[in-house]
Amino acid sequence: MKRIYLDNNATTPVHPEVLEVMLPFYRDFFGNPSSVHWAGREVSGAIEKAREQVAALINAAPAEIVFISCGSEGDNHAIKGTAEALRDKGNHIITTTVEHPAVLETCKGLEKKGFNITYLPVDRDGMLNLAELEKAITDQTILISVMWANNETGNIYPINEIGAIAAKYGIRFHTDAVQAVGKLPVDVQKAGVHLLVLSGHKIGAPKGVGALYIKRGTRLTPLLDGGHQERGRRAGTHNVAGIVGLGKACELAGEHLVENAAHMRRLRDKLEQGILDAVPDNKLNGHPDRDRRLPNSLNISFAYIEGESLLLNLDMYGIAASSGSACTSGSLEPSHVMGAMCVEVSLAHSSTRFSLGAETTEEDIDFVLEVLPATVQRLRDMSPLYDCKKTEPCEMCETVKRI
Amino acid sequence: MYSDKVMDHFTNPRNVGEIENADGVGEVGNASCGDIMKIFLKVDENVITDVKFKTFGCGAAIATSSMVTEMAIGKTIEEALALTNQAVSEALDGLPAQKMHCSNLAADALHEAIKNYRGKSA
Repeated sequence: MKRIYLDNNATTPVHPEVLEVMLPFYRDFFGNPSSVHWAGREVSGAIEKAREQVAALINAAPAEIVFISCGSEGDNHAIKGTAEALRDKGNHIITTTVEHPAVLETCKGLEKKGFNITYLPVDRDGMLNLAELEKAITDQTILISVMWANNETGNIYPINEIGAIAAKYGIRFHTDAVQAVGKLPVDVQKAGVHLLVLSGHKIGAPKGVGALYIKRGTRLTPLLDGGHQERGRRAGTHNVAGIVGLGKACELAGEHLVENAAHMRRLRDKLEQGILDAVPDNKLNGHPDRDRRLPNSLNISFAYIEGESLLLNLDMYGIAASSGSACTSGSLEPSHVMGAMCVEVSLAHSSTRFSLGAETTEEDIDFVLEVLPATVQRLRDMSPLYDCKKTEPCEMCETVKRI
Repeated sequence: MYSDKVMDHFTNPRNVGEIENADGVGEVGNASCGDIMKIFLKVDENVITDVKFKTFGCGAAIATSSMVTEMAIGKTIEEALALTNQAVSEALDGLPAQKMHCSNLAADALHEAIKNYRGKSA
Protein backbone atom coordinates (compact mmCIF):
# COMPACT_ATOMS: atom_id res chain seq x y z
CA MET A 1 0.00 0.00 0.00
CA LYS A 2 1.06 3.55 -0.73
CA ARG A 3 1.98 5.59 2.33
CA ILE A 4 1.10 9.23 2.14
CA TYR A 5 2.10 11.28 5.14
CA LEU A 6 0.13 14.50 5.47
CA ASP A 7 0.52 15.04 9.20
CA ASN A 8 3.75 17.04 9.29
CA ASN A 9 2.36 19.49 11.86
CA ALA A 10 2.23 16.54 14.26
CA THR A 11 5.75 15.39 13.52
CA THR A 12 8.16 14.99 10.62
CA PRO A 13 10.43 12.16 9.53
CA VAL A 14 14.07 12.51 10.58
CA HIS A 15 16.05 13.90 7.67
CA PRO A 16 18.67 11.37 6.47
CA GLU A 17 21.48 13.95 6.74
CA VAL A 18 20.38 14.70 10.29
CA LEU A 19 20.49 11.04 11.25
CA GLU A 20 23.92 10.75 9.64
CA VAL A 21 25.48 13.47 11.80
CA MET A 22 23.85 12.06 14.93
CA LEU A 23 25.04 8.47 14.68
CA PRO A 24 28.67 9.04 15.77
CA PHE A 25 27.34 10.49 19.01
CA TYR A 26 25.63 7.21 19.79
CA ARG A 27 28.45 4.99 18.50
CA ASP A 28 31.71 6.66 19.37
CA PHE A 29 31.42 9.96 21.18
CA PHE A 30 29.69 9.13 24.43
CA GLY A 31 31.24 11.81 26.63
CA ASN A 32 29.43 14.24 28.87
CA PRO A 33 30.02 17.69 27.37
CA SER A 34 30.42 19.13 30.88
CA SER A 35 33.51 16.95 31.53
CA VAL A 36 37.00 18.43 31.13
CA HIS A 37 38.72 15.28 29.85
CA TRP A 38 39.06 13.99 26.30
CA ALA A 39 35.69 12.26 26.28
CA GLY A 40 33.90 15.46 27.23
CA ARG A 41 35.97 17.61 24.91
CA GLU A 42 35.04 15.35 22.01
CA VAL A 43 31.39 16.36 22.31
CA SER A 44 31.35 19.85 23.79
CA GLY A 45 32.42 21.37 20.48
CA ALA A 46 29.54 19.68 18.72
CA ILE A 47 27.06 21.19 21.18
CA GLU A 48 28.45 24.67 20.52
CA LYS A 49 28.33 24.14 16.77
CA ALA A 50 24.67 23.13 17.05
CA ARG A 51 24.00 26.24 19.12
CA GLU A 52 25.40 28.36 16.30
CA GLN A 53 23.30 26.53 13.72
CA VAL A 54 20.11 27.06 15.71
CA ALA A 55 20.94 30.71 16.40
CA ALA A 56 21.61 31.38 12.71
CA LEU A 57 18.18 30.12 11.66
CA ILE A 58 16.36 32.63 13.87
CA ASN A 59 18.92 35.48 13.77
CA ALA A 60 19.92 35.13 17.42
CA ALA A 61 23.32 35.04 19.14
CA PRO A 62 24.47 31.51 20.07
CA ALA A 63 24.59 32.45 23.76
CA GLU A 64 20.87 33.19 23.61
CA ILE A 65 20.01 29.58 22.72
CA VAL A 66 19.18 27.07 25.45
CA PHE A 67 18.66 23.43 24.54
CA ILE A 68 15.54 21.80 25.93
CA SER A 69 13.69 18.50 25.58
CA CYS A 70 10.55 19.57 23.73
CA GLY A 71 8.27 22.46 22.83
CA SER A 72 6.13 21.97 25.91
CA GLU A 73 9.17 22.37 28.14
CA GLY A 74 10.07 25.60 26.39
CA ASP A 75 6.60 27.08 26.77
CA ASN A 76 6.44 26.04 30.43
CA HIS A 77 9.88 27.51 31.07
CA ALA A 78 9.15 30.79 29.30
CA ILE A 79 5.81 31.40 31.01
CA LYS A 80 6.40 30.00 34.50
CA GLY A 81 9.95 31.34 34.52
CA THR A 82 8.68 34.83 33.68
CA ALA A 83 5.83 34.63 36.18
CA GLU A 84 8.27 33.82 38.94
CA ALA A 85 11.04 36.18 37.91
CA LEU A 86 8.71 39.16 37.43
CA ARG A 87 6.27 38.44 40.23
CA ASP A 88 7.21 41.68 41.99
CA LYS A 89 6.35 43.64 38.83
CA GLY A 90 2.85 42.33 38.24
CA ASN A 91 0.55 39.35 37.96
CA HIS A 92 -1.13 39.74 34.58
CA ILE A 93 -0.41 37.72 31.43
CA ILE A 94 -2.02 38.15 28.01
CA THR A 95 -2.35 35.18 25.69
CA THR A 96 -4.89 33.87 23.18
CA THR A 97 -7.65 31.28 23.10
CA VAL A 98 -5.99 29.38 20.25
CA GLU A 99 -2.61 28.61 21.83
CA HIS A 100 -1.21 25.11 22.09
CA PRO A 101 -2.15 23.32 25.33
CA ALA A 102 1.48 23.74 26.46
CA VAL A 103 0.71 27.47 26.79
CA LEU A 104 -2.98 27.31 27.75
CA GLU A 105 -2.58 24.74 30.50
CA THR A 106 0.48 26.52 31.87
CA CYS A 107 -1.54 29.74 32.08
CA LYS A 108 -4.45 27.94 33.72
CA GLY A 109 -2.02 26.59 36.31
CA LEU A 110 -0.79 30.12 37.02
CA GLU A 111 -4.38 31.33 37.48
CA LYS A 112 -4.65 28.97 40.44
CA LYS A 113 -1.54 30.62 41.88
CA GLY A 114 -3.09 34.08 41.77
CA PHE A 115 -2.14 35.31 38.29
CA ASN A 116 -4.72 36.99 36.08
CA ILE A 117 -4.74 35.75 32.52
CA THR A 118 -6.41 37.44 29.56
CA TYR A 119 -7.25 34.95 26.83
CA LEU A 120 -7.77 37.05 23.71
CA PRO A 121 -10.60 35.85 21.47
CA VAL A 122 -10.20 35.32 17.73
CA ASP A 123 -12.62 36.06 14.90
CA ARG A 124 -14.26 33.46 12.67
CA ASP A 125 -11.13 33.33 10.54
CA GLY A 126 -9.10 32.63 13.67
CA MET A 127 -7.35 36.02 13.69
CA LEU A 128 -6.63 38.41 16.56
CA ASN A 129 -7.71 42.00 16.96
CA LEU A 130 -4.53 43.86 17.91
CA ALA A 131 -6.49 46.84 19.25
CA GLU A 132 -8.04 44.45 21.75
CA LEU A 133 -4.61 43.15 22.65
CA GLU A 134 -3.39 46.66 23.31
CA LYS A 135 -6.50 47.46 25.36
CA ALA A 136 -5.91 44.40 27.53
CA ILE A 137 -2.54 45.71 28.72
CA THR A 138 -2.52 46.98 32.32
CA ASP A 139 0.23 48.23 34.64
CA GLN A 140 0.28 44.69 36.01
CA THR A 141 1.00 43.02 32.65
CA ILE A 142 4.30 41.15 32.71
CA LEU A 143 4.02 38.95 29.63
CA ILE A 144 2.37 38.69 26.23
CA SER A 145 2.39 35.15 24.82
CA VAL A 146 1.16 34.67 21.24
CA MET A 147 2.02 31.75 18.97
CA TRP A 148 3.77 32.55 15.69
CA ALA A 149 1.53 30.18 13.73
CA ASN A 150 -1.33 27.93 14.73
CA ASN A 151 -0.81 24.18 14.58
CA GLU A 152 -4.40 23.37 13.55
CA THR A 153 -5.32 26.06 11.04
CA GLY A 154 -1.85 27.21 10.02
CA ASN A 155 -2.88 30.82 10.66
CA ILE A 156 0.12 33.14 10.93
CA TYR A 157 -0.13 35.82 13.61
CA PRO A 158 1.32 39.32 13.10
CA ILE A 159 4.29 38.74 15.35
CA ASN A 160 6.23 41.84 14.30
CA GLU A 161 3.25 44.08 15.11
CA ILE A 162 2.67 42.36 18.44
CA GLY A 163 6.37 42.73 19.20
CA ALA A 164 6.08 46.44 18.49
CA ILE A 165 3.12 46.75 20.89
CA ALA A 166 5.05 44.85 23.56
CA ALA A 167 8.04 47.15 23.08
CA LYS A 168 5.85 50.26 23.27
CA TYR A 169 4.68 49.25 26.75
CA GLY A 170 7.94 47.63 27.82
CA ILE A 171 6.33 44.20 28.22
CA ARG A 172 8.07 40.90 27.73
CA PHE A 173 6.96 38.92 24.63
CA HIS A 174 7.01 35.13 24.28
CA THR A 175 6.09 33.24 21.12
CA ASP A 176 5.56 29.54 20.58
CA ALA A 177 7.15 29.27 17.13
CA VAL A 178 7.09 25.47 16.97
CA GLN A 179 5.01 25.46 13.76
CA ALA A 180 6.59 28.53 12.17
CA VAL A 181 10.28 27.65 12.30
CA GLY A 182 11.38 25.94 9.11
CA LYS A 183 8.25 27.00 7.22
CA LEU A 184 8.57 30.79 7.48
CA PRO A 185 11.46 33.20 7.87
CA VAL A 186 11.81 33.70 11.64
CA ASP A 187 13.87 36.64 12.86
CA VAL A 188 13.82 37.19 16.61
CA GLN A 189 15.31 40.67 16.33
CA LYS A 190 12.86 41.95 13.75
CA ALA A 191 9.99 40.38 15.71
CA GLY A 192 11.07 41.94 18.99
CA VAL A 193 10.54 38.73 20.95
CA HIS A 194 12.25 38.01 24.26
CA LEU A 195 11.44 34.30 24.37
CA LEU A 196 10.86 31.92 21.47
CA VAL A 197 10.33 28.17 21.47
CA LEU A 198 11.15 25.77 18.66
CA SER A 199 10.96 22.00 18.48
CA GLY A 200 13.29 19.62 16.65
CA HIS A 201 10.87 16.96 15.51
CA LYS A 202 8.76 19.44 13.55
CA ILE A 203 11.72 20.23 11.29
CA GLY A 204 13.35 16.90 10.55
CA ALA A 205 15.28 16.41 13.81
CA PRO A 206 14.33 13.61 16.21
CA LYS A 207 11.84 13.84 19.06
CA GLY A 208 13.13 14.87 22.47
CA VAL A 209 15.02 18.02 21.57
CA GLY A 210 14.19 21.68 21.07
CA ALA A 211 15.46 25.13 21.82
CA LEU A 212 14.41 28.11 23.85
CA TYR A 213 15.65 31.50 22.70
CA ILE A 214 16.20 33.80 25.67
CA LYS A 215 17.07 37.33 24.61
CA ARG A 216 20.17 38.61 26.33
CA GLY A 217 19.28 40.27 29.64
CA THR A 218 15.93 38.51 30.06
CA ARG A 219 15.54 37.44 33.68
CA LEU A 220 14.01 33.97 33.76
CA THR A 221 13.70 31.51 36.64
CA PRO A 222 14.82 28.02 35.56
CA LEU A 223 12.26 25.25 35.34
CA LEU A 224 14.71 22.54 36.41
CA ASP A 225 17.00 22.96 39.40
CA GLY A 226 20.27 21.08 39.24
CA GLY A 227 23.62 21.37 37.52
CA HIS A 228 25.08 24.43 35.86
CA GLN A 229 24.49 23.30 32.27
CA GLU A 230 23.36 25.89 29.73
CA ARG A 231 24.84 28.66 31.92
CA GLY A 232 22.53 27.75 34.75
CA ARG A 233 19.46 28.25 32.62
CA ARG A 234 18.58 24.59 32.13
CA ALA A 235 19.95 21.82 34.35
CA GLY A 236 20.32 18.27 33.10
CA THR A 237 22.89 16.39 31.06
CA HIS A 238 22.72 17.35 27.40
CA ASN A 239 20.92 15.15 24.88
CA VAL A 240 24.08 15.29 22.77
CA ALA A 241 22.98 13.35 19.68
CA GLY A 242 19.59 15.07 19.65
CA ILE A 243 21.19 18.50 19.93
CA VAL A 244 23.61 17.72 17.11
CA GLY A 245 20.63 16.59 15.02
CA LEU A 246 18.70 19.75 15.86
CA GLY A 247 21.64 21.86 14.74
CA LYS A 248 21.85 20.08 11.40
CA ALA A 249 18.08 20.25 10.92
CA CYS A 250 18.18 24.01 11.51
CA GLU A 251 21.02 24.41 9.04
CA LEU A 252 19.09 22.44 6.40
CA ALA A 253 15.87 24.30 7.17
CA GLY A 254 17.63 27.60 6.59
CA GLU A 255 19.30 26.46 3.38
CA HIS A 256 16.08 25.11 1.84
CA LEU A 257 13.52 27.42 3.43
CA VAL A 258 12.49 29.25 0.28
CA GLU A 259 12.33 26.23 -2.03
CA ASN A 260 10.60 24.00 0.55
CA ALA A 261 8.01 26.65 1.30
CA ALA A 262 7.31 27.19 -2.40
CA HIS A 263 7.03 23.44 -3.02
CA MET A 264 4.63 22.87 -0.12
CA ARG A 265 2.66 25.97 -1.00
CA ARG A 266 2.08 24.88 -4.58
CA LEU A 267 0.92 21.40 -3.54
CA ARG A 268 -1.15 22.69 -0.62
CA ASP A 269 -2.93 25.13 -2.93
CA LYS A 270 -3.62 22.33 -5.38
CA LEU A 271 -5.01 20.11 -2.62
CA GLU A 272 -7.07 22.94 -1.18
CA GLN A 273 -8.58 24.00 -4.48
CA GLY A 274 -9.14 20.40 -5.51
CA ILE A 275 -11.07 19.59 -2.34
CA LEU A 276 -13.08 22.82 -2.42
CA ASP A 277 -14.09 22.06 -6.00
CA ALA A 278 -14.81 18.34 -5.60
CA VAL A 279 -16.50 18.04 -2.20
CA PRO A 280 -19.66 20.09 -1.64
CA ASP A 281 -20.76 21.39 1.79
CA ASN A 282 -17.27 21.99 3.09
CA LYS A 283 -15.90 24.72 5.31
CA LEU A 284 -12.34 25.96 5.24
CA ASN A 285 -11.08 26.56 8.79
CA GLY A 286 -8.54 29.34 9.14
CA HIS A 287 -7.81 32.48 7.21
CA PRO A 288 -9.29 32.36 3.69
CA ASP A 289 -6.23 34.24 2.37
CA ARG A 290 -3.63 31.55 1.72
CA ASP A 291 -0.82 34.04 2.34
CA ARG A 292 -1.99 34.36 5.92
CA ARG A 293 -1.54 30.65 6.60
CA LEU A 294 1.53 28.43 6.79
CA PRO A 295 2.42 27.22 3.30
CA ASN A 296 1.89 23.57 4.27
CA SER A 297 -1.38 23.63 6.20
CA LEU A 298 -4.98 23.02 5.22
CA ASN A 299 -7.85 22.54 7.67
CA ILE A 300 -11.26 21.77 6.29
CA SER A 301 -14.57 20.49 7.66
CA PHE A 302 -16.92 18.25 5.74
CA ALA A 303 -20.51 18.75 6.85
CA TYR A 304 -22.58 15.78 8.12
CA ILE A 305 -19.64 13.48 8.93
CA GLU A 306 -17.29 13.02 11.87
CA GLY A 307 -13.52 13.41 11.65
CA GLU A 308 -12.25 10.21 13.19
CA SER A 309 -14.30 8.00 10.88
CA LEU A 310 -12.91 9.96 7.93
CA LEU A 311 -9.33 9.54 9.22
CA LEU A 312 -9.84 5.79 9.60
CA ASN A 313 -11.12 5.58 6.06
CA LEU A 314 -8.20 7.61 4.72
CA ASP A 315 -5.81 5.47 6.75
CA MET A 316 -7.08 2.43 4.86
CA TYR A 317 -5.74 4.10 1.72
CA GLY A 318 -2.46 4.78 3.49
CA ILE A 319 -3.21 8.48 3.91
CA ALA A 320 -2.20 9.96 7.28
CA ALA A 321 -3.99 13.16 8.33
CA SER A 322 -5.41 14.45 11.60
CA SER A 323 -8.67 15.78 13.00
CA GLY A 324 -10.08 18.22 15.53
CA SER A 325 -12.77 15.73 16.47
CA ALA A 326 -13.23 14.92 20.15
CA CYS A 327 -12.61 11.29 19.29
CA THR A 328 -9.04 12.02 18.34
CA SER A 329 -8.29 14.40 21.20
CA GLY A 330 -8.97 11.99 24.05
CA SER A 331 -11.61 14.33 25.46
CA LEU A 332 -15.33 14.82 24.91
CA GLU A 333 -14.89 18.24 23.40
CA PRO A 334 -13.79 18.92 19.85
CA SER A 335 -10.77 21.15 19.21
CA HIS A 336 -10.55 24.30 21.34
CA VAL A 337 -9.23 26.15 18.28
CA MET A 338 -12.39 25.38 16.32
CA GLY A 339 -14.42 26.39 19.37
CA ALA A 340 -12.57 29.71 19.64
CA MET A 341 -13.35 30.38 15.96
CA CYS A 342 -17.07 29.70 16.58
CA VAL A 343 -17.06 26.78 14.17
CA GLU A 344 -20.42 25.03 14.55
CA VAL A 345 -19.89 22.00 16.79
CA SER A 346 -20.66 19.20 14.33
CA LEU A 347 -18.33 20.89 11.82
CA ALA A 348 -15.66 21.09 14.51
CA HIS A 349 -16.00 17.34 14.99
CA SER A 350 -15.40 16.91 11.26
CA SER A 351 -12.44 19.29 10.95
CA THR A 352 -9.63 17.55 9.11
CA ARG A 353 -6.07 18.79 8.88
CA PHE A 354 -3.71 18.01 6.03
CA SER A 355 -0.18 19.24 6.74
CA LEU A 356 2.36 18.76 3.96
CA GLY A 357 6.09 18.33 4.17
CA ALA A 358 9.08 18.89 1.92
CA GLU A 359 8.80 15.20 0.92
CA THR A 360 5.18 15.46 -0.22
CA THR A 361 4.85 14.75 -3.93
CA GLU A 362 2.42 15.73 -6.65
CA GLU A 363 1.35 12.06 -6.86
CA ASP A 364 0.48 12.10 -3.14
CA ILE A 365 -1.84 15.04 -3.66
CA ASP A 366 -3.38 13.55 -6.81
CA PHE A 367 -4.12 10.33 -4.93
CA VAL A 368 -5.81 12.17 -2.06
CA LEU A 369 -7.92 14.12 -4.53
CA GLU A 370 -8.80 10.86 -6.25
CA VAL A 371 -10.07 9.01 -3.16
CA LEU A 372 -11.30 11.74 -0.81
CA PRO A 373 -14.58 12.78 -2.49
CA ALA A 374 -15.97 9.23 -2.61
CA THR A 375 -14.80 8.55 0.94
CA VAL A 376 -16.63 11.61 2.24
CA GLN A 377 -19.71 10.65 0.24
CA ARG A 378 -19.71 7.12 1.62
CA LEU A 379 -19.79 8.44 5.18
CA ARG A 380 -22.43 11.01 4.27
CA ASP A 381 -24.65 8.27 2.90
CA MET A 382 -24.44 6.70 6.35
CA SER A 383 -25.15 9.91 8.25
CA PRO A 384 -28.55 10.87 9.66
CA LEU A 385 -27.59 14.53 9.23
CA TYR A 386 -27.18 14.22 5.49
CA ASP A 387 -30.08 14.81 3.15
CA CYS A 388 -32.57 14.75 5.99
CA LYS A 389 -35.26 16.42 3.89
CA LYS A 390 -36.66 12.95 3.56
CA THR A 391 -37.40 12.65 7.24
CA GLU A 392 -38.64 15.18 9.75
CA PRO A 393 -36.55 18.32 9.81
CA CYS A 394 -34.22 18.40 12.75
CA GLU A 395 -32.66 21.45 14.28
CA MET A 396 -29.19 20.00 13.88
CA CYS A 397 -29.46 19.52 10.12
CA GLU A 398 -30.79 23.03 9.76
CA THR A 399 -27.78 24.37 11.63
CA VAL A 400 -25.40 22.39 9.51
CA LYS A 401 -27.11 23.52 6.32
CA ARG A 402 -26.71 27.16 7.26
CA ILE A 403 -22.92 27.07 6.84
CA MET B 1 -6.63 0.76 18.92
CA TYR B 2 -9.77 -0.89 17.50
CA SER B 3 -10.34 -4.67 17.37
CA ASP B 4 -10.53 -6.47 14.03
CA LYS B 5 -14.26 -6.91 14.53
CA VAL B 6 -14.77 -3.19 15.05
CA MET B 7 -12.76 -2.46 11.92
CA ASP B 8 -14.77 -5.06 9.99
CA HIS B 9 -18.09 -3.49 11.01
CA PHE B 10 -16.70 -0.02 10.38
CA THR B 11 -15.40 -0.91 6.94
CA ASN B 12 -18.40 -3.02 5.89
CA PRO B 13 -21.26 -1.79 7.99
CA ARG B 14 -24.34 -4.02 7.92
CA ASN B 15 -27.85 -2.69 7.43
CA VAL B 16 -27.04 0.92 6.63
CA GLY B 17 -29.99 3.01 5.54
CA GLU B 18 -33.55 3.87 6.40
CA ILE B 19 -36.77 1.85 6.39
CA GLU B 20 -39.70 3.56 4.74
CA ASN B 21 -42.82 3.40 6.88
CA ALA B 22 -40.77 1.98 9.74
CA ASP B 23 -42.72 0.62 12.69
CA GLY B 24 -40.37 2.36 15.08
CA VAL B 25 -37.66 5.02 14.82
CA GLY B 26 -35.24 5.94 17.61
CA GLU B 27 -32.49 8.51 17.84
CA VAL B 28 -29.88 9.13 20.53
CA GLY B 29 -26.85 11.35 20.93
CA ASN B 30 -26.26 14.87 19.69
CA ALA B 31 -23.81 16.60 17.46
CA SER B 32 -22.01 18.37 20.30
CA CYS B 33 -20.68 15.08 21.62
CA GLY B 34 -19.94 13.96 18.08
CA ASP B 35 -22.31 10.99 17.85
CA ILE B 36 -25.87 10.68 16.57
CA MET B 37 -27.44 7.26 15.96
CA LYS B 38 -30.77 6.68 14.33
CA ILE B 39 -32.36 3.22 14.25
CA PHE B 40 -35.32 2.12 12.10
CA LEU B 41 -37.34 -1.02 12.95
CA LYS B 42 -39.75 -3.32 11.17
CA VAL B 43 -41.76 -5.48 13.59
CA ASP B 44 -43.97 -8.44 12.76
CA GLU B 45 -45.95 -10.19 15.51
CA ASN B 46 -43.64 -8.93 18.23
CA VAL B 47 -40.52 -10.06 16.33
CA ILE B 48 -38.04 -7.59 14.87
CA THR B 49 -37.81 -8.53 11.20
CA ASP B 50 -35.61 -5.72 9.94
CA VAL B 51 -33.36 -3.04 11.41
CA LYS B 52 -31.50 -0.27 9.62
CA PHE B 53 -29.32 2.53 10.92
CA LYS B 54 -27.85 5.88 10.08
CA THR B 55 -25.01 7.20 12.20
CA PHE B 56 -22.94 10.36 12.45
CA GLY B 57 -19.92 9.51 14.52
CA CYS B 58 -16.54 7.94 14.94
CA GLY B 59 -15.42 4.42 14.07
CA ALA B 60 -16.83 3.01 17.30
CA ALA B 61 -20.20 4.67 16.76
CA ILE B 62 -20.54 3.23 13.27
CA ALA B 63 -19.36 -0.25 14.30
CA THR B 64 -21.68 -0.49 17.32
CA SER B 65 -24.63 0.68 15.19
CA SER B 66 -23.87 -1.98 12.62
CA MET B 67 -23.46 -4.65 15.30
CA VAL B 68 -26.70 -3.85 17.10
CA THR B 69 -28.68 -4.22 13.89
CA GLU B 70 -27.26 -7.71 13.42
CA MET B 71 -27.96 -8.62 17.02
CA ALA B 72 -31.54 -7.33 17.00
CA ILE B 73 -32.84 -8.89 13.81
CA GLY B 74 -34.90 -11.99 14.64
CA LYS B 75 -35.27 -11.12 18.31
CA THR B 76 -38.56 -10.51 20.08
CA ILE B 77 -39.19 -7.05 21.44
CA GLU B 78 -38.51 -8.28 24.97
CA GLU B 79 -35.24 -9.93 23.95
CA ALA B 80 -34.18 -6.76 22.14
CA LEU B 81 -34.95 -4.67 25.20
CA ALA B 82 -32.62 -6.91 27.20
CA LEU B 83 -29.71 -6.08 24.84
CA THR B 84 -27.25 -3.74 26.55
CA ASN B 85 -24.56 -1.40 25.27
CA GLN B 86 -22.13 -3.64 27.13
CA ALA B 87 -23.32 -6.71 25.17
CA VAL B 88 -22.83 -4.81 21.89
CA SER B 89 -19.27 -3.81 22.75
CA GLU B 90 -18.50 -7.36 23.91
CA ALA B 91 -19.79 -8.73 20.61
CA LEU B 92 -17.22 -6.44 18.95
CA ASP B 93 -14.43 -7.84 21.16
CA GLY B 94 -14.44 -4.65 23.21
CA LEU B 95 -13.94 -0.94 22.57
CA PRO B 96 -11.13 1.36 23.69
CA ALA B 97 -11.83 2.66 27.20
CA GLN B 98 -12.40 6.25 26.11
CA LYS B 99 -15.10 5.11 23.67
CA MET B 100 -17.18 3.21 26.23
CA HIS B 101 -19.14 6.19 27.46
CA CYS B 102 -19.34 8.40 24.38
CA SER B 103 -19.76 6.15 21.37
CA ASN B 104 -21.38 3.07 22.86
CA LEU B 105 -25.01 4.11 22.47
CA ALA B 106 -26.32 1.66 19.90
CA ALA B 107 -28.50 -0.38 22.30
CA ASP B 108 -29.96 2.87 23.63
CA ALA B 109 -30.92 3.84 20.08
CA LEU B 110 -32.54 0.44 19.57
CA HIS B 111 -34.49 0.84 22.82
CA GLU B 112 -35.64 4.29 21.73
CA ALA B 113 -36.91 2.79 18.48
CA ILE B 114 -38.79 0.11 20.42
CA LYS B 115 -40.30 2.76 22.68
CA ASN B 116 -41.45 4.60 19.57
CA TYR B 117 -42.91 1.40 18.15
CA ARG B 118 -44.78 0.65 21.37
CA GLY B 119 -46.12 4.19 21.50
CA LYS B 120 -47.44 3.82 17.96
CA SER B 121 -48.98 0.39 18.40
CA ALA B 122 -50.57 1.20 21.77
